[in-house]
Parts: sequence; structure tokens; C-alpha cells
Amino acid sequence: MSSRVIPRASIRRLAASTKPCVSVISKSIRSAGSLSQRPNSNFVSFPGALKSSFTSSLKFETPDSYTALQTYRVVDQDGQIVDPSFSPDISDETVIKLYKDMLFISIMDLIMFDAQRQGRLSFYMVSAGEEAVSVGSSSVLDKEDVVFCQYREQGFFKERGFTTEQFMSQLFANKKDSGRGRNMPVHYGSKELNIHTVSSPLATQLPQASGAAYALKLQKLQDPSSKPRVAVVFFGEGAASEGDFHAALNIAATRSCPIVFICRNNGFAISTPTLDQYRGDGIASRGIGYGIDTIRVDGNDIWAVREATKKARAMALEGGGKPVLIEAMTYRVSHHSTSDDSFAYRARVEVEDWKRRDNPLTRLRKWMEAKGCWDETKEKDARTDLRKEILKAFGEAEREKKPPIATMFEDIYEELTEDLKEQKEQLRTMLEKYPEEYEVGSFDGGIDSLKAK
Amino acid sequence: MSRFLRPAARLAVSTRAAAITKKASPSFTQAIARPVYFGGSSQNRSYAEGAGVKEYTVRDALNEALAEELESNPKVFILGEEVAQYNGAYKVTKGLLDRFGEKRVIDTPITEMGFTGLAVGAALSGLHPVCEFMTFNFAMQAIDHVVNSAAKTLYMSGGIQPCNITFRGPNGFAAGVAAQHSQDYSAWYGSIPGLKVVSPWSAEDAKGLLKAAIRDPNPVVVLENELMYGQSFPMSEAAQKDDFVLPFGKAKIERAGKDITIVSMSRCVGQALTAAETLQKSYGVDAEVINLRSIKPLDLDSIVQSIKKTHRLLVVESGYPAFGVSAEILALAMEYAFDYLDGPAQRVTGAEVPTPYAQGLEEMSFPTEQLIADFAAKMLRV
Repeated sequence: MSSRVIPRASIRRLAASTKPCVSVISKSIRSAGSLSQRPNSNFVSFPGALKSSFTSSLKFETPDSYTALQTYRVVDQDGQIVDPSFSPDISDETVIKLYKDMLFISIMDLIMFDAQRQGRLSFYMVSAGEEAVSVGSSSVLDKEDVVFCQYREQGFFKERGFTTEQFMSQLFANKKDSGRGRNMPVHYGSKELNIHTVSSPLATQLPQASGAAYALKLQKLQDPSSKPRVAVVFFGEGAASEGDFHAALNIAATRSCPIVFICRNNGFAISTPTLDQYRGDGIASRGIGYGIDTIRVDGNDIWAVREATKKARAMALEGGGKPVLIEAMTYRVSHHSTSDDSFAYRARVEVEDWKRRDNPLTRLRKWMEAKGCWDETKEKDARTDLRKEILKAFGEAEREKKPPIATMFEDIYEELTEDLKEQKEQLRTMLEKYPEEYEVGSFDGGIDSLKAK
Repeated sequence: MSRFLRPAARLAVSTRAAAITKKASPSFTQAIARPVYFGGSSQNRSYAEGAGVKEYTVRDALNEALAEELESNPKVFILGEEVAQYNGAYKVTKGLLDRFGEKRVIDTPITEMGFTGLAVGAALSGLHPVCEFMTFNFAMQAIDHVVNSAAKTLYMSGGIQPCNITFRGPNGFAAGVAAQHSQDYSAWYGSIPGLKVVSPWSAEDAKGLLKAAIRDPNPVVVLENELMYGQSFPMSEAAQKDDFVLPFGKAKIERAGKDITIVSMSRCVGQALTAAETLQKSYGVDAEVINLRSIKPLDLDSIVQSIKKTHRLLVVESGYPAFGVSAEILALAMEYAFDYLDGPAQRVTGAEVPTPYAQGLEEMSFPTEQLIADFAAKMLRV
């Protein structure tokens, strides 16, 4: 805040002294032209609106004077192709793989939701109805693109290669959990897959993703031979009400960050319907306001999601980088989380309707069946196999040992501080002195982890 | 009274005066005509017994307080995420939408910054909003409005813009929600001049303090506890009435004793009381348990009086030890009661770690009844 009163000149000086960034910064400083109106021109270049022409009619713009942005789709509810120019860019085997990823998520969700109800884990969030957005977008991005998820993108993790064991290890917080059992369930994260760990506070991932994109842009500037990468960030239409969303879009636009914003507009933010969430034309209309290229897609159509994301990624990398916004329209068939009973605020019949009428899984299935690469038998087998696979990993993860005792001292700081070292040593002495008093067998390595230097 | 006690005494007097003489809107003049205060010596008495006492959960008490204030003062309204249609994430606002309509009980978009700013603006314009946070963990998004606007505008405007607003919601750790959802903000808000901060334990606390917060002309932060919502307490007949309010800056002696003073707040009060019973049974130690009720202003007077009697001080809280509420109380004890202490004043607090998700570790991160009893016994060398 105090920087607001620092004279402008000193900021310029500061900027000028940071050598490597000079070229980036000077390019983006707009040269203030003359304010005088040129002959034969019907505008002056106000610094805040460069090409706005004058008018003598007093007219306010109203949202009603614009029709709602269109929703792009490739395949309709019955699995029929509606975009004649479309032909699949992947083999039938790959389509089946994507379908199985979606199926995997929907089956895992059912199993884990029930497991939470049985008290076997503290919390869970399902993503029924939104599998196409996460699986579809993941399938056309580069594996090295940096990704920030919200908490309903199991499909993205799955498609990118998160294994059944990794899912279950995180959910049961065992020794194989890369998060070392410190997070609530569904807060997955993977360094190998370039996906940042899911964070509970809402919408904080958005400005952070803009920052990651800016870092990618600088890396590319410093090493032009490096692979072009974008940042990708997921969020719901509810999160888009947080201030962080607006800050993220604005900073990404002004800093020309190579980033793809993907909004899952599923109709509900916990219990709040979109009517109470915003009054504009969805989230897409906001992107345009921030000067960001935007598209709205049918989020239940995996082909539309794929086409849009593919193109968005290419656009985001054009000319050194720019942000792109995708609004994927879906319906949250599931409850918000295991802490929610959504039938308290919406009709059961409405949910059943969506589930039956427009479900991303059935839509792709219909397409595949029409193409002749899928049938009832294959469907049955796939479901049985996936269920078996998940339940097997479930059982193993639940029985697996907990993370080593020593990990409870680690990662609060990069290195163990002196007092943490002392505490660790104290704990070791205590456990060794009274072995009968402490059950350490359920932790990986038992007491040994405390002995390691 | 010693000169050292003057600041606290002055604080107590001024808050009470403010509560009584504050301007009342015509519609509830009647309601505050005969306020029921449990002040002074009556602080020592326990719950009224016999006829008229009813069991209330903390949730019901809060709900009743909100309903009564909405009823008596048209300027009061509630806003927050899911407070209306869904009856509140923890059902504290149950039935209020049906009873008072959507102009008084308002669902907001998911934007803490937005609805807190809106609430502060409404308060600066003369309304008395009650701003609910689904948990205070989410209120960090909005803390600029609470700290820089709500708490300071009266002062910065030269006294022309009062901000009668109540911020409320669950604070502190719950169960199995990991580090980002398990923090105690008592010390954060307690350090800000211009805010008043209360932290109820029982159903009577909850009702009396919330009602007082809504009526108080200043911004008040009401730090509730998720784990207490479902707990039942006896509610005296007086507390069931719609004119029941509790004064700020007055602690309550929940259990009188002579051997050690245990000062606590919110959920830890119940734990301290259980620990006191254990101390009585196991060692014959008679512990005095003080329920702070109010964190800012702090009832230093009651704490010092108790230390004079017991000569030992133990503070129990679930917040972090560093720069916390207990750190403040220990410092005050040093400043104002050092000569009456027979040993160093001590504290039992939450552990200084990001709250672990693992159940066992989570349990060990916060004060337990056994820990409090053991620690007190160690202090007394019994």
C-alpha cells in the first residue's frame, strides 16, 4: 500500500536497474500520444481508451443489447456430429482410453463417496457430470504444461497419468502419498506430472497460475530454445466471484502471460445457484472485458473441450504469450462434497434429468457405439475391470503403513531448525526408553526414521 | 485498588457505560430498557437451577439471539454464504429466511472480500449487519475490510462514521480439515484497536455475547467454535428472555477455587472444567476456572483478583503459542500481578505446527483435558 505514495520516477529507476527484464518492461509501456484531435479523425487517444470514437447520442450499453455468447459443440446429446468439418484426430484406441479415464473417475467417485459415509476417510469430493472437461482438456495439453487445479479435476490427474495407487494413497494418507499425509482427501499434487498441489482456500490458484505463466514466459525469453509451455488453471463459476479471479485475469492480460483459464460452470457453488452468483452472461463475458480471447464450450462434449483447449493452447503461445479463457458449461450432478446434501436446495428430479439426458459419459459412449468401436459387452467388462482395479488399490492403500514418524518434523521449513532437531531427538529418546508405551508399528520404518541423520 | 489495575478497571467501566448509554433505535428501546447483566459479584454464581432452566445447544442459542435481534431492530440483517436458503453451513441461521424474508437474510456470492466490504459499507451507512463467515479461515480473504475499514473508520473519520457491525462464524480447529482450515484467529483480531472480540463457550455465553455484539455500536468479532455448536448447556430463565445480554470485558468464574487459576476461552473452558474436576479427585486440588468470554477488552481485573487468591496462573487456549492470547495474559500477569504469584505463570496452547491432517497428530496438536490436569499438577508439584 505504501508504494502508492512513492514518486513514479523512482519506480522507473527501480525497473531500469533490474537488467534482464528491461526489454520486457519497456515494450509494454504504452507511449502516451498527443491528446489533440487530428484532422479527419473522430477520436482522441485517451490513454485509457485508445480508439474510442465520439458520439453525440447519450446511450448506455445494457447487457440485454447483447445476445448470450454461443456455446461451441461438436457432438450433440445423441452422439451425432454437428460440426461437419470435424473429424477425430485420434485413433479409436485413444478415444476408448479417454472414455475409460472418465469411467474410472465416475466409478472411483461412487466408491469413495460411500467409503466416506462409512467413516473410512474424513472427506471426499466427486466430479460426476464434469468428467469431460478435465479428461478432455488434459488429453490435448503438453505433459509439461504447468497446471493448477481447484478440487474437482480428478479426471485431469487420471488422464495425465496419476495412478490408481497414487489416488488411493493420497485419500488414505499413507506412506506412498506424495503429500506425506498432511492434506485433506482430494488435495492431490504431483511434481512429475507438473500439477501443483490442490489448495483449500478458494480461487487462490488463479493469480498463482498467472504467476506461473509469467515465469514460463521469462524462462522462454531467457532460453529461446526451450520448449514452449503454458500454464493452465481450473476453477468453478463460484470461485470466479472471489477477488482473486479478477486480479488473476487482469494481471495475466496486462503482463501477456501464456495461460489458459478453464472455468467449469456447473450451475452451483455448493448450494448457491448461478442466479445468486452473478448476473452477467456467465464467466465468458468477463474475459472479453479484461481483453482476453474467450470461448464458451459445451462441457459435456469431450470433443468440443478438446478442440477448444487445443486451439486455446496454441493461441496462448502466440506472440510471446497471452491469456485465453474457456468457459465449459456443465451440470454438477453430484453433491458439492461429502459435507453437502444438495437435495436440500434443488429438486432430485432435476438432477436425475441431467444425469440421464446430458451426461458426458453417455454422450461419448453413444458416439463410440455409432462408430462401432464400443458396445454393451465392452461397457460391462470395462466397468467390472475398473471397479476391481479401484477396490484392489483401495484395500491395499487402507492397509498400507502411515508415513514415517520423522516426516512430522519436516517441511515446515526447508531445513530442520535447531528446535525441531531437538524435538525429534527427544521423541526418539522417549520412544526408545518406553517401547511398551508407544505403538509405532503402523508407521513406515517404525522408530528407525528418527535415527536417520 | 492498586494503581496498576487502573487501566483494566477503566476499560471495564467504559465498556459497560457504552453498552448502556448507546443510542437505541425506537423499535427496541423497550428491549434494552431493563437489560439483564450478570455483572460484579453475581459473576460467581453458577447456573440458575430449578424451574425454568432449559437445555439449549450453542447452535440454538445463537439462532435465538439472531432471531431476537432481527425481530427487535429493523436495522439488523444477516448476510453470508448459504445463510438463507441452506440455513447456514452449520445451520445456525435455520429458519431465519422463512421468518424474516430475503431482505433480512441474504445469500451472497462466494466472495468474502465482496460481502464483507458490502456489510462494512452498509454499517457505515447506518445499518447493523451481521456478517457470517463460513469459517474464520475464509475471512482472511476479507481481513482488510475488517481491520482497515470496520475497525478504523470511526477514528479516521473524526468520529462521524460509526460502524455497527458483527462478524461471526466458527473459529479454530474442527476435525480432519488440515492446516488451511484449522486456525484460531483470536490473537489476530485481538491485537487490533477499534475491534471488540468475544469468544463464547456455553449456550448462555453464545446468546448473551452475540446479542451484545449486535447491539454494540462498534465492530465486534464473535469467534464461535464448530465443535461446540451441537453441545447442550442449561440455559437459565433469565437467559431465555429476549433482553438477555452479557457485558463485554467481563469474564465469568465458571468454577471457584483456591489453589490455581486456570484462565481459558471458548471450547477450552469445558476442557479446563473437566481438568479441574480431575485435579480435585486425584490430588484434592481446588482449581478456579475463569471463562474469559471477551478477548478484547480483556477482564484483567478478574484474572488479577483470582491470582491474589490462588497465587498460581495457568492459561489454556487452542491458538498458537507465539504472540498469542495466552502470551498476552502471561505478560499482563507479569506487569500487574507478579508479586502475588508463587511460581512462574504458565500456558497450555496449540502446538506450533501447521495443523496435521493425521488424526492422532491432530489430537496431539491441541490442549486435552488430561494435558491441562497434568500440567496444573506439575505446576503445583502435587
